[in-house]
Amino acid sequence: MSALYRVGFQTILFKEIRRFMLIAVQTILPPAMTTILYFIIFGQLIGERLGDMAGFRYVDFIVPGLILMAVISNSYANTVSSVYGSKFQRYIEELLISPLPNWLILAGFVGGGVARGVIVGIVVTGVALFFSDIQIYSYSITFAVFILTAILFSLAGFINAVYANTFDDIAIIPTFVLTPLTYLGGVFYSINLLPEFWQQVSLANPVLYMVNAFRYGLLGVSDISLSTAFGIIFAFTVALATYSLYLLHKGVGIKS
Amino acid sequence: MHALHIRQLSKQYLNGPRALEHIDLTIEAGDFFALLGPNGAGKSTLIGIISSLLNKSGGSVEIFGHSLDQAPQAAKSLLGLVPQEFNFNVFEPVLAIVVNQAGYYGIPRRHALIRAEAVLKQLHLWDKRHNQARNLSGGMKRRLMIARALVHEPRLLILDEPTAGVDIEIRRSMWDFLRTINQQGTTIILTTHYLEEAENLCRHIAIINQGRIVECAPMADLLGQLTQETLVLNTATALNQIPELNNFSLQKITSHSLEVTVSRHQGLSALFAGLKQAGIEVVSLRNKQNRLEQLMLDRVQQQMPEVAT
Repeated sequence: MSALYRVGFQTILFKEIRRFMLIAVQTILPPAMTTILYFIIFGQLIGERLGDMAGFRYVDFIVPGLILMAVISNSYANTVSSVYGSKFQRYIEELLISPLPNWLILAGFVGGGVARGVIVGIVVTGVALFFSDIQIYSYSITFAVFILTAILFSLAGFINAVYANTFDDIAIIPTFVLTPLTYLGGVFYSINLLPEFWQQVSLANPVLYMVNAFRYGLLGVSDISLSTAFGIIFAFTVALATYSLYLLHKGVGIKS
Repeated sequence: MHALHIRQLSKQYLNGPRALEHIDLTIEAGDFFALLGPNGAGKSTLIGIISSLLNKSGGSVEIFGHSLDQAPQAAKSLLGLVPQEFNFNVFEPVLAIVVNQAGYYGIPRRHALIRAEAVLKQLHLWDKRHNQARNLSGGMKRRLMIARALVHEPRLLILDEPTAGVDIEIRRSMWDFLRTINQQGTTIILTTHYLEEAENLCRHIAIINQGRIVECAPMADLLGQLTQETLVLNTATALNQIPELNNFSLQKITSHSLEVTVSRHQGLSALFAGLKQAGIEVVSLRNKQNRLEQLMLDRVQQQMPEVAT
């Protein structure tokens, strides 16, 4: 049984990695290009005039958020496009008829999303080092938030793909939900700058907790307490994983 | 040993028709089994449930004694499926499709490559192993799905219309291949609309209609039940008038062919003797329709009024 699980997981994971690496010009390079533009415009041109934020140069302050933004969007994009593609062309049936259990199929797809998130995150971090001078405050917290965020948004992408019936359906959520949540999740500012009301509204945004926990890992500062941030991230990850397994078990969007 | 044992299997689609009505079906290990029926009869639904692509509404499925509900991994590892529709990633190379499928069954890559080479060579696809699947012809795509289904060496292989849209030469080579793997011990379930294919290959047959099994018997027994056959006779000379022969109903089709319905007890000798006496020389004859086709239509039509009530 262990050989089935190990080989099965490796097969899905390597297939997923090969899929996005073959189209690296579409999957890996664009986030690097976007990040360069963010650093030039917000970090250098505008940031120079803004002064410090939370005790750091503005260009250094936005580094954690920009890295995590790339991780979020790429982890999500990988699973949503891969799972929907396999539904659209029906080759998800190759997995459904196989003896692999549902949790392992989910782990394989999520592993692919995490792999893309990690690779893009590393590339973006490399770009960031040209523009900023950051020292990692806590490697363990940085790594934990990095991986958990990639897992969480890979799961979210999976759920989106399960419900999607058209290519529009896999574009709507990233454009109209994910992007606003990310931009309003404290990537470019500290919520302490907001009026009290909008600070409270911001607390309903789960991305805020990830960005702040990651910022704590890199810079040692956060608008949110670390335990609260990790609690929220864990809770969302467990909830989405449970729901994904339920969808697979019921065959929602996949089986009649 | 039962290769497949189905009890009281039913399927009700959400807001749709009842596709299967409490089906019972047992297929023995080593059999070559035909599952026939008109479009929409429930064949693909039945196969979809056996292969875990569809949820059942009730009943049970066992593959070589392993329940799909209680021991899904053991049951699924023994099954290979060649579906009706192409269901592979068209942008992947042929070899990757087959090797990945082996991986889903826990076969390590180095072994998977050896097995993939063997099945792709058997199905004459080895030269195409680096081609993207979308660049294959229709017949090659069908053979790719057979190779993919066989790479983990299943004991039960289900083929849902595997020769649809395939030219006669490839179809016959696929028949030879299927006969070979059946002789080597693989149990095969075949659905097809080419009834000649089922008659040539299969030893047992089930006819399904409107979600019910209306006939399940050995092929020889079933064909033995045919009470009459309609033959088309081609004549050497033009037919001016149709002779009247005792007990035979003759009908002119063209100037050089006629149709005759022969009961089992009548035999052909009396027919030919009568025609010769009338000066008609027969140069060839053929069945008007495949024997199995006639039988299937009989069974399906017999069921119609029963269901309507």
